[in-house]
Amino acid sequence: MSRRARPFRSLAAAARVGLGALVGLAALGAGPAAAETVIADLSKRLVAITTGFAGTDVLLFGAVEGTGEVVVVVNGPIRQLDVRRKARVAGIWINRDTMTFANVPSFYSVSASAPLDRVVPTSLALRAGIGARYLDIALARRGAGQGERCSRALDPADAEAPNAALKRMAPFCEALIRNKTREGLFISEGRVTFLPGRKLFRTTIHFPANVPVGTYSVLVYVVRDGQIVGSQTHPLVINKTGVEAEVFDFAYRQSAFYGLIAVVLAALAGWGAGLIFRK
Amino acid sequence: MQIYLPIAEMSVDVFLLLGLGGLVGFLSGLFGVGGGFLMTPLLIFIGVPPPVAVGTEANQIVASSVSGMIAHWRRQGVDFKMGAVLLAGGLVGSTGGVFLFEYLRDIGQIDLVISLAYVFFLGIVGLLMLLESVRSAVRRRGGKRTKLHHHTWVHGLPFKMRFRRSKLYISAFLPLGVGASVGVLAAIMGVGGGFLMVPAMIYLIGMPTAVVIGTSLFQITFVTAYTTFLQATNNQTVDIFLALLLLLGGVIGAQLGSRAGARLRGEELRGLLAIMVLLVCGKLLFDLIATPDDLYSLAASRQGGNR
Repeated sequence: MSRRARPFRSLAAAARVGLGALVGLAALGAGPAAAETVIADLSKRLVAITTGFAGTDVLLFGAVEGTGEVVVVVNGPIRQLDVRRKARVAGIWINRDTMTFANVPSFYSVSASAPLDRVVPTSLALRAGIGARYLDIALARRGAGQGERCSRALDPADAEAPNAALKRMAPFCEALIRNKTREGLFISEGRVTFLPGRKLFRTTIHFPANVPVGTYSVLVYVVRDGQIVGSQTHPLVINKTGVEAEVFDFAYRQSAFYGLIAVVLAALAGWGAGLIFRK
Repeated sequence: MQIYLPIAEMSVDVFLLLGLGGLVGFLSGLFGVGGGFLMTPLLIFIGVPPPVAVGTEANQIVASSVSGMIAHWRRQGVDFKMGAVLLAGGLVGSTGGVFLFEYLRDIGQIDLVISLAYVFFLGIVGLLMLLESVRSAVRRRGGKRTKLHHHTWVHGLPFKMRFRRSKLYISAFLPLGVGASVGVLAAIMGVGGGFLMVPAMIYLIGMPTAVVIGTSLFQITFVTAYTTFLQATNNQTVDIFLALLLLLGGVIGAQLGSRAGARLRGEELRGLLAIMVLLVCGKLLFDLIATPDDLYSLAASRQGGNR
């Protein structure tokens, strides 16, 4: 049993994160977790997207007991996503095939104090969702292969026992990660740096200008000998605030009223301009 | 100075938007064109999602056409009856267009259709303008008169109506059809459609030129207002911030443009505009044909798709 496989979809994001971390820890056999305490905090718990928002850095800092490596995982709100493949039709590139994936974190970042593949073995990566290739992204819709996971499609060990659905999925899964990485929404080579003394650590999490809003979870793991021996979870809220947020909410909740205002504003502006410049 | 656009969900330099609005406004003042067919592709080039560019541009055109309409109205340059019939067609076309837009967006082809429509229309309009300006620059002979009244199949259509100000007695289907085609374009391309409607009014419907511009502006004002409303309610693709910034630049640009236009030669100007239109068309075509950097792209899946 792992936290990833649980059908938590209907629960609120924050509850999901908190519960998930708890269940995850229990499931990961983190019995000796108490032995390794990690304390961390964020430089801000709330990122406000306002006028002039062009991305931001959030500093995570903390202290750890013992010799484990620190891994920091940031998960954005879960979304459903279409991955489309273009094909050339009559000389023009057209979207042809679409695969829909569920459970895609809209933002995902992983940073570690040492090269990730050395710190986190595949089995742990799969269980805890550490690393973009090991996330619980699953094929939604479409009969064949529904529910199959990207983590399996991208697993080189699984490629030897070919499953048609998995084979078809693999390039779409790769493209999902590649595109998200290019947009700055999947970050896989973040660094956690230890201060001299190897007790205090810090890392910066960069959120680009196009960062999705919602409740994020920041998970700090201490990993030793391929086991999670300590962890801590922090929520982080990214919200539009100020005029932007109101305009956005208004546009979606009261779209008819919004449309009317847009028209009236434009008509007034045009009329006013005509008056001002009329000779 | 960056500003975050709430609906486009991106941050853009304010001065870039003001400049764009000013440039397109200048051109539209200079040439007396609407400018939507230049602005929408330019917005797409700077990274605004095509659906937002189209929805927002419809909103901006409301502003730029309303003052023109009022000016023509004062000079008795609006045939309201003809305008109303064109508008009726336009509302039907625009409604269909917005729903078509929504459908195309759901199946992931909206960007393609917007680009194709632009390549097609910009290509045709650009070539025609270029030919026209070359021809009139070379022209020596005096203007030949076209026959005022051609009798074609068009005049055999039923439901004839009398349009007093346009001095016409024609089938209502004609302006209805013209209006509807323009309405579809307003919804899908985010243009007023003047570049299509004005020639159609002159050559197809046979209206006197004195009332063509005013009547087309009358139709455009209301069709784009209606389209803005539909795009806002159906697709949430109208960004008020973006529209206002473009507007501000556009209003000033248009005034400067119309002043500059009074002092410059017509044919060369039209030739220049034609070349610009063809450049934009070429860039869009190139983007459709060139192998993309990544064959795969991501799009938010519509809610409720988890069946």
